[in-house]
Amino acid sequence: MAVGRRKVLQVIAGTGAIAAANAVPVRAARAAKAAPPDALGMLYDTTLCIGCKACVSACREANDLQPSWDEERLHHAPLDLNGRTKNVIKLYKEGDRMSFFKAQCMHCVDPACASACMLGSLHKDEVTGIVTYDASYCVGCRYCMMACPFNVAKFEYEKRAPKIVKCELCRHRFGGAQLASTGGFSRFATGHGPACCEVCPRGAVIYGKRTELLQEAKRRIEANPGRYYQDKVYGEADAGGTQVLYLSHVPFDKISLPDIGSQGVPHVAYTIQEGLYRGFVAPVALYGVLGLVMLRNRKKGGAAAPEAQKGGRRE
Amino acid sequence: MPVPSRRPFPSSIHETLMLPRFSPDQDSGPEVSRRDFVRVVMTAAAAVGLSGTAAARMAEAVAKGVKPSVIWLHFQECTGCTESLLRTAHPDIGSLILDLISLDYHETLFAAAGHQAEAALQQAMKDNAGKYVCIVEGAIPTKDGGIYCKIGGRTAIDMVTEVAEQAGAIIAIGSCASWGGVPSADPNPTGATGAPMVLKGKTVVTIPGCPANPYNLLGTVLQFVTLGTLPELDDKGRPKWAYGRTIHEHCPRRAHFDAGRFAQQFGDENHRQGYCLYKLGCKGPQTHANCSVMHFGEVVDAWPIGLGHPCFGCTEQKLAFRVALHDTVDIERPTPPDTYPGIREPQGGVSTVAAGIAGLAAGALLGAGYKFSKTLASEAPPTKPSGGSSKKEV
Repeated sequence: MAVGRRKVLQVIAGTGAIAAANAVPVRAARAAKAAPPDALGMLYDTTLCIGCKACVSACREANDLQPSWDEERLHHAPLDLNGRTKNVIKLYKEGDRMSFFKAQCMHCVDPACASACMLGSLHKDEVTGIVTYDASYCVGCRYCMMACPFNVAKFEYEKRAPKIVKCELCRHRFGGAQLASTGGFSRFATGHGPACCEVCPRGAVIYGKRTELLQEAKRRIEANPGRYYQDKVYGEADAGGTQVLYLSHVPFDKISLPDIGSQGVPHVAYTIQEGLYRGFVAPVALYGVLGLVMLRNRKKGGAAAPEAQKGGRRE
Repeated sequence: MPVPSRRPFPSSIHETLMLPRFSPDQDSGPEVSRRDFVRVVMTAAAAVGLSGTAAARMAEAVAKGVKPSVIWLHFQECTGCTESLLRTAHPDIGSLILDLISLDYHETLFAAAGHQAEAALQQAMKDNAGKYVCIVEGAIPTKDGGIYCKIGGRTAIDMVTEVAEQAGAIIAIGSCASWGGVPSADPNPTGATGAPMVLKGKTVVTIPGCPANPYNLLGTVLQFVTLGTLPELDDKGRPKWAYGRTIHEHCPRRAHFDAGRFAQQFGDENHRQGYCLYKLGCKGPQTHANCSVMHFGEVVDAWPIGLGHPCFGCTEQKLAFRVALHDTVDIERPTPPDTYPGIREPQGGVSTVAAGIAGLAAGALLGAGYKFSKTLASEAPPTKPSGGSSKKEV
């Protein structure tokens, strides 16, 4: 009960020292992650997309999602990804320049959502690299929605037991189907692959192993000089690499693919967090300053503050 | 199957397209040559989507003199289905009943009458037991022992049960025979119902429609008589090849629907432009049928929507004669519209009213907090009243 001020300060200093001592062998920074060798992905090419939205319909049917109705309840008309939409075609138009854009989960190599997920409900598959969602672990905190740099994860706000809704590359359709090489791409038998890719009438979105898709994207860039923006494959390195790759004829930031550097979001977050606690210097400094402030106030205020008054009496 | 002998390259366009050539040396008698016959069968097979091989097999079967026997029963109906069948041209009704099938009993078309006709029915059933096709047209009344429809003193229930018993295939043509149709509309005084409901436990192919599209019947009959099989059916006994999709999915006006262009009332400018009829009560989005791709009687646009009237859902029990003509229905398989969301679509937002209410609430809370802290301070320390607290407030 009668713990003296001196004692308190001693304890604080002691703990700080111990913590600091523990933290001295600083952990090596988190290693950048690489895609699994057999990672599956998609390649979307804005120059091929005609905006038919067959993928939007096919996705809704394949995933058994309720339509995202327009006001008159005539069309499945999502304005963006939402609790009923895992895939949407958007239009970028500015003067003469226009492009369609297919939005769905990017299946990041280092997914921010999985990193933010407190119970591992979102998880990156070790083999396919698909960012999967298991509702049985989900507590509905929606940290994944905050974390995702592409604003992909969505929440079923209108349901009583809401879940997170995001593209899982139609992994429920894979069944026991085996990948087989078809035209240079690893594909499942028809009906087992991602519905959007299977239905696309122009091959604007195709699927396969990430390595094959990357190769194909580079082949297209090489074969069509000047056709693609910056001759760049978005997702090759962006955000630490994504398994869904984009080729575009308009600047990527115009079609909501932000330039967020080549480091994964979790990687950046870990670096900051580890930096903050490195050697326990920052916390010790912070608490030291706070202690000094307290000490100063105490001396200055004296008996004025009721709290200090009590303590003072006891001392 | 024997390999057909090699034919020389077609010498003329007539031969290529298998068009009839009117030359005096050709036999023009009433006898149908094998060639003519194969032509009829080929046309029929093509029209209903059977393969060329099926036509060849059928020609072989018929050449042996084996024409499938068809017994056609009429009950509570308007004969509209028969009438529409009479108006097909590929094959025309003459080729159908004279060359392709043996129509042994059909109350509208037979030459015999009275006891003679009934005797023909009995004879046909005896001769072709287990092989004949039983086609039912019209609803079957079930109330009061089925006394509301009798032919030759026998009720419809008796007749259909007897004929269906030994039939190789049972086909219900028209909405009446499929699920009751008009006679079963409320208040349904005769307890009219369809053949599948009376013939429980038997496979009844239903070809609903008011009238049914004759090609859907022809396709089913021809498949049965050539291949001996029935088409794949949906849960209501309808052939999937004809009823697997909704009118809406193949509607020629679909582009207008997707673009949001609707006729608002009959005869308005939009109606004249041929815009979508959904808002006039079109039941196409829930009606499973192929009218939108297979028009009636080979007349272009001879089907309701083609003529500017909304689909009224004649093939659907839940719609026809139950949902009011101009009531709209939900879209069964909604697809995206002809418009696109922008890359960054503004969503939601805070209205001025909402912001005002939130501001008021926040203000009230702040005020209450201030008031509360003041009360607390004034009550606070008994030893030194007001000293510290007044300092803090300033």
